Amino acid sequence: MKNDHLQPELPGKEAVYTKNVSRKKFLSVLGIGGLGLAAVASCSRDDDGMDNTVPPGSIDLGKGDTGILNYAYALEQLEAAFYTKVAASPYSGITAAETALLTDIRDHEVAHREFFKKALGAAAIPALNVNFSAIDFGKRDSVLATAKAFEDLGVSAYNGAGALIADKNYLALAGKIVSVEARHAAYIRDLISNGSFADSTVIDANGMDKAQSPADVLMIAQSFLTSKLWGGNLPQS
Amino acid sequence: MNLHQLFNSIEKADPDIYDRLGSRRKAIRNFAGIGGKLALAAVPLALGGLLNKAYGQSAPKDITGVLQYALTLEYLEAEFYTKAVASGIIPAGPATGALTTIRDHENQHVAFLTAVIKQLGATPVTKPTFDFTAGGHFANVFTNYDVLLAVAQTFEDTGVRAYKGQAGVLMSNNTVLTAALNIHSVEARHASHIRQMRRARNNDATIKPWITGKNPGGINDDAVQKSYNGEELTTQAGIDLTGFVSSNAASESFDEPLTYDQVIAIVQPFIK
Repeated sequence: MKNDHLQPELPGKEAVYTKNVSRKKFLSVLGIGGLGLAAVASCSRDDDGMDNTVPPGSIDLGKGDTGILNYAYALEQLEAAFYTKVAASPYSGITAAETALLTDIRDHEVAHREFFKKALGAAAIPALNVNFSAIDFGKRDSVLATAKAFEDLGVSAYNGAGALIADKNYLALAGKIVSVEARHAAYIRDLISNGSFADSTVIDANGMDKAQSPADVLMIAQSFLTSKLWGGNLPQS
Repeated sequence: MNLHQLFNSIEKADPDIYDRLGSRRKAIRNFAGIGGKLALAAVPLALGGLLNKAYGQSAPKDITGVLQYALTLEYLEAEFYTKAVASGIIPAGPATGALTTIRDHENQHVAFLTAVIKQLGATPVTKPTFDFTAGGHFANVFTNYDVLLAVAQTFEDTGVRAYKGQAGVLMSNNTVLTAALNIHSVEARHASHIRQMRRARNNDATIKPWITGKNPGGINDDAVQKSYNGEELTTQAGIDLTGFVSSNAASESFDEPLTYDQVIAIVQPFIK
């Protein structure tokens, strides 16, 4: 699928989300009974049963629900690796409360990562190699800005993936995880600036969070990975 | 409770009540007759069940039904925060700022859901008359800041669980499903912040932005506990998470859904 959104800035600075769906647009989509979505799908869904060619050296996330679970597994690997490093080398001036709750978040992400790994079994992608060279783990600002970007990204990724999931049991599991990511996001945001838990940089005029496509999310996640992910076989709608 | 008097009042307010009930008319008459023999605690629940059926408010099975259900919950939250912000007991500064932000989101959710329900050709449910004291149970909800925050936290955590419980019904419409998910995560952000406010105010490190076990976070109240029961799971899809992390972290890392019936039981005391 052609990515026609603006190029997001790298997280760690400020992630820019572009997939705000206005109420008017939302209603117009409803009004035509999803024909717009179907039209997109007809030119992008891989209906021929053939795998699209995986670029050499890339890790194929796979197709269907397995692909979406691997996509989630990849993001949870990234988050777990990040918070594991944060807990292992605390930033300068970290408080006892921050240590306790950031360690909680690490454990939640580890639980998510291990859950997906076990659920996927033989279909799981390998352990990913991360690249955190842009993050200064000794500095609170750098760590929290990255944490904020990861958590907001995770929320928007799960919100966007919901409609791509075919099995309602997997949808339920994604729903159980995304609200925990949103709890993290709000906490991290409040650490940076109290009261920014759901500010207008992330919540739109309908009081709604973002949903991002795997293509957009992977582009951002890739900058923190040396392993190359490929989502070309993921469901598009 | 005088059930005959209650039924007389209902008949006055809604002369068609027995027509609505149809075949349930006999049941409700019988129910009235044996009411005195029922355990008192069971009466409001059983009565609520009958009235729900009478007004067609059984668990939603389609898109519009879920949206009407969501709208009812958003009405509850929107009016609660409107009254909370106007109560005069919220400290100026960050606390008022946060509750105002949340109030605005809940009003936006009401407006959004109302518009979508109309777009789908249905008539949005009317706003119920709320009693935020829950029949006197939280008598000081708008005069005691701690009680106010406790009720706010319960509403937010319940809201998160309520939306989660309906995702499966929305799968047939990707646009609505995504919108509901986008609201769902905002409710979780609210819950996280209210919990942080309570953590700071109570200086209680066991109150976290996430739900540990089925612990309501220092709110010792049977009515509130219903919003947390079932959150204590540490196994997901047959996978025991305590093999990887502590049981506290295992329960915190996944939020659990609530069924329609569970949510109605939680919010019914707040509806007059």
